[in-house]
Amino acid sequence: MRKMRNWFNRKNIVSLLGILLLYAVIQGLIVFDIMPPFYKLTLIQICIYIILATSLNLINGITGQFSIGHAGFMAIGAYISAIITAIQHGPLFLGLIAGAVAAALAGFLVGLPTLRLKGDYLAIATLGFGEIVRIIFLNTDYVGGAAGFTLPSTITWTWAFGLMAVSVVLMKNFVGSTHGRACISIRENEIAAESMGVNTTKYKVIAFTMGAFFAGLAGGIYANYFYIIQPMTFNFLLSFNILVMIVLGGLGSMTGGIIGAIVMTLASALLAGVPEWRNVITAVLLVLMMIFRPTGIMGTKEFTLNFLGKKSEKNAASKN
Amino acid sequence: MPLLKIENLSKSFGGLKAVSNLNIEINQGELIGLIGPNGAGKTTVFNLLTGVYDKTEGKMTFRDKNVSGLKPYQVTQQGMARTFQNIRLFSDLSVIDNVKIAYHQRNSYSMTSALLRLPSYYSGEEEMQRKAMDLLKIFNLEDKAEETAKNLPYGEQRRLEIARALGTEPKLLLLDEPAAGMNPQETHDLMNLIRWVREQFKLTILLIEHDMSLVMGVCERIYVLDYGTIIAQGAPDEIKSNPKVIEAYLGEEVV
Repeated sequence: MRKMRNWFNRKNIVSLLGILLLYAVIQGLIVFDIMPPFYKLTLIQICIYIILATSLNLINGITGQFSIGHAGFMAIGAYISAIITAIQHGPLFLGLIAGAVAAALAGFLVGLPTLRLKGDYLAIATLGFGEIVRIIFLNTDYVGGAAGFTLPSTITWTWAFGLMAVSVVLMKNFVGSTHGRACISIRENEIAAESMGVNTTKYKVIAFTMGAFFAGLAGGIYANYFYIIQPMTFNFLLSFNILVMIVLGGLGSMTGGIIGAIVMTLASALLAGVPEWRNVITAVLLVLMMIFRPTGIMGTKEFTLNFLGKKSEKNAASKN
Repeated sequence: MPLLKIENLSKSFGGLKAVSNLNIEINQGELIGLIGPNGAGKTTVFNLLTGVYDKTEGKMTFRDKNVSGLKPYQVTQQGMARTFQNIRLFSDLSVIDNVKIAYHQRNSYSMTSALLRLPSYYSGEEEMQRKAMDLLKIFNLEDKAEETAKNLPYGEQRRLEIARALGTEPKLLLLDEPAAGMNPQETHDLMNLIRWVREQFKLTILLIEHDMSLVMGVCERIYVLDYGTIIAQGAPDEIKSNPKVIEAYLGEEVV
């Protein structure tokens, strides 16, 4: 008799408990006022950057397509969701989803022609896309032009954490499936992938669209937390920042992207006291990183709970 | 009706005719060799067949379907799989993942069930794992399933590449210099493996090779290519004594 396999295995349950525990601990720190408000801001920033870093990792690290226009997708998500929540007074969730879908649509339309380009050329095209998006918003009076516009801060820590957890789990599920493996095979060797029956164009566009979707979601969270959105926020430096996070954490490792996002955001917050040295210190850290561990903290490895999965498989095997 | 029929196939790169007026017919179950001196256009023929290059002229029919103009992944889905002259494994992935990617095109679960981890994801993954493991067992690689592909010795990388090609469940297998860089013992083992794989998987095989002992040893029929045209075809013994072939390989005798 073959056992019916489903979601309820030891690995998934431990992961879920881990996520809930992490949430409970931090929520406790906030509720009992142990954590100063400044760090609450950092926490939400971390959530936003984790979504951004893992979604860019999906494109750059997993599928191997060098894109540096992530701020553009974030901007689309931020503006569309802000228009819906602040100007049209729609519900927050609708705004976030609409922003993400709009960004995904942009990703699909941009990805279809540009993913034929390789390496540097794709990087230039996506960089150009990011700047175009910023300049369009800069020149649109409906959203306040260069001054941007203000909106109420409706995102709570719970929202940010919940959306971050769901995004990461969905992306991780994608990477861990045969569809994710198809993307990885493109990174590893595009010609071989194609000859193994992988429709490389299709999977590049899927990864790009999915990355854009989550970048848009992160943009929506950003807009609905920070009171104000301005085109200047979404410049190419932001795109590079996200890129630095995934390179630091390890291109191609989802957990690496998360670690990179946490490290960079924390470093930036902790060094806020010495603003004149902040960029110098992070730059030195990065140079050292590239010398001593050029693959990033995690390389392409993942931190997994596989040891739990294997155990339960063995148990299942011995029972049969 | 032959399994594969190539009619008047030509390919030009600018002014250079890499392949011209090529005619090849392969029947179900045959083991065919394609030989020729360096630069004769052998690999170009493979690249044309598998859709890497687009033909200039001609027609290719595979299993009664016109396959010229298809993209490489569509050709693979039609049941034609290949290996490469210079090994192209997914070198940073594990051995088993290399094979699992080959099973991707026949995967049974959708993207939605992957994202939401529906039961079909688990059963689909389990089936893929089992099939891939079975294939590795056949190729004696099951102990190395979790090893990174690039860390395998050269001969095993070649074997893995063949295993991976078989993962796409092909009807026709194209082997591009499978014995390149192998010593005589490894070549001999490979010969047996090719024969055995053909029996086991009921395959038709077309192979490019420089190693004459391998070609003469396993192939039933041989096509000889020189400057993009077929100069001879027939059984190994006929080819060995064909003056045109000797000329192509060794040059014309100077009188």
